[in-house]
Amino acid sequence: MFFEAATFYFFAAVLLVAAVAVVTARNPVHSALFLVLAFFTASAIWMLLRAEFLAITLVLVYVGAVMVLFLFVVMMLDINLERLREGFWSYLPLGATVGILMAAEMVLVLGGRYFDIMLPRPKDYGAAYSNTKELGRLLYTDYMFAFELAAVVLLVAIVAAIALTLRHRKDTKNQDPSAQVRVRAADRVRIVSIPSEDGR
Amino acid sequence: MLDALLAFSEAKLGPLWGPALYELVTSLFFIICITAPLMGAVAYLTLWERKLIGWMQIRIGPNRVGPLGLLQPVADGMKLFFKEIISPSQANTGLFFLAPVMSLMPALAAWAVVPFAPEVVLADVNAGLLYLMGLTSLGVYGVIIAGWASNSKYAFLGAMRSAAQMVSYEIAMGFSLVVVLMVSGSLNLSDIVNGQGKGTFAGMGLNFLSWNWLPLLPIMVVYFVSGVAETNRAPFDVVEGESEIVAGHMVEYSGMAFALFFLAEYMNMWLVSVLTVIMFLGGWQAPIDSAVLNWMPPIGWLLIKMFCVVSLFLWFRATFPRYRYDQIMRLGWKIFIPVTLVWLVLVGAWMQTPYSLWK
Repeated sequence: MFFEAATFYFFAAVLLVAAVAVVTARNPVHSALFLVLAFFTASAIWMLLRAEFLAITLVLVYVGAVMVLFLFVVMMLDINLERLREGFWSYLPLGATVGILMAAEMVLVLGGRYFDIMLPRPKDYGAAYSNTKELGRLLYTDYMFAFELAAVVLLVAIVAAIALTLRHRKDTKNQDPSAQVRVRAADRVRIVSIPSEDGR
Repeated sequence: MLDALLAFSEAKLGPLWGPALYELVTSLFFIICITAPLMGAVAYLTLWERKLIGWMQIRIGPNRVGPLGLLQPVADGMKLFFKEIISPSQANTGLFFLAPVMSLMPALAAWAVVPFAPEVVLADVNAGLLYLMGLTSLGVYGVIIAGWASNSKYAFLGAMRSAAQMVSYEIAMGFSLVVVLMVSGSLNLSDIVNGQGKGTFAGMGLNFLSWNWLPLLPIMVVYFVSGVAETNRAPFDVVEGESEIVAGHMVEYSGMAFALFFLAEYMNMWLVSVLTVIMFLGGWQAPIDSAVLNWMPPIGWLLIKMFCVVSLFLWFRATFPRYRYDQIMRLGWKIFIPVTLVWLVLVGAWMQTPYSLWK
């Protein structure tokens, strides 16, 4: 119990520091890397809540794929930090309003008892209990239609993203791999026999 | 013996701190038991690579340091250890030194869930396969951070290539793992191995025909080739591409910082081999159930299989010319992903028929 609490507070502290650093870091690449750290510690906290499937999926999807592409883009952008910081004071009222609103919502969620975060501990079902299996059973039985609907929405998003970015340029040079594979030596090499000068 | 140790620890330190210290000490001990031989395996894999490729090219390979060149890895290690580590002038120093650690960490941490023999595993977790997928997807950060923090165009190009390549092949790899998970009905690696020891052929004593490689042959090929691409090994080593971008993300590294990348690459090769063995080649099981072959301890079979699979990496390197970048992307997205998707549906349908092999 003591160990668990200590682990929780450690991860929570790292998570908060990382989350603040995402906003305050001057270098956008550092911001993205702090976001990676924030995701990772959040997944560690989920692991403490015995949600190992969600925790590992968070790492797999967000850290392993989404943030890699994020970094990919951020590293290639030529970002002028001076220009980014120019509008700070004019954007401050709007930003502050949104920030305060979010903070208020969070306080309401935690509200009931003042700052009492000692929620009931998740039940310990023993080592043989598989979180993944339970989640799969729920998703594919009780919430089947909602799940399928979400999948269709995602599919539409994928198709739309590809349709928006796919253009056929006339001036690109494409190679047709199947044509390359189908090539036989006879198509390209002509073997000629040239008699040597003295007729031998 | 472990129980006695626990009792001793509890008696000396009380019920709260005793078990905690016991857990800490034994875990650390087991971690060392895994990583120390692993480091040796990595070191001697470099020698075996040079020897094997040498023989394939009708050369002798390293034979100067020690008998048969057996001390070559030690000499290489000493050299790298005593070299100066230079950081480029405009480099982002913190990230520059974080990158090699980031590439080695997941490669090491993944071994926690690998079962070496029945019941011989550091962490026998239910979500083992998921854990492996999650950790191996972190390996790309070492490369990306190294490329960006080095402040060098070659390094940056290497990082960009690797980010695209590793993310692409992870999808095909994930799908092949899903097929394995489907037929075993478990994410636990020990259960996956045990599931392969059952079936008609295993009943006849021909264990090796019951392993996953036969019914899931295309999946195994996809998984292994994706593994080669994930570890950035030849013929998919455009990330390092000596002829175009010198050594990719590793250009600016020297000494031990470079050695860490090197270690991570070879450790990932071992990891991909051990996973191929566990998921498709029956893990620690003997190929034929006979008294003679069962004489070998289970871990011996695992090591033999691992060695054979890891040698395939070297064989590939000696055989195939480097793929062009667009060919790599085409192989990953247009061939491997459709193949795994079709096979996923096929195996799913197969499992619902009376002819299912996995009941």
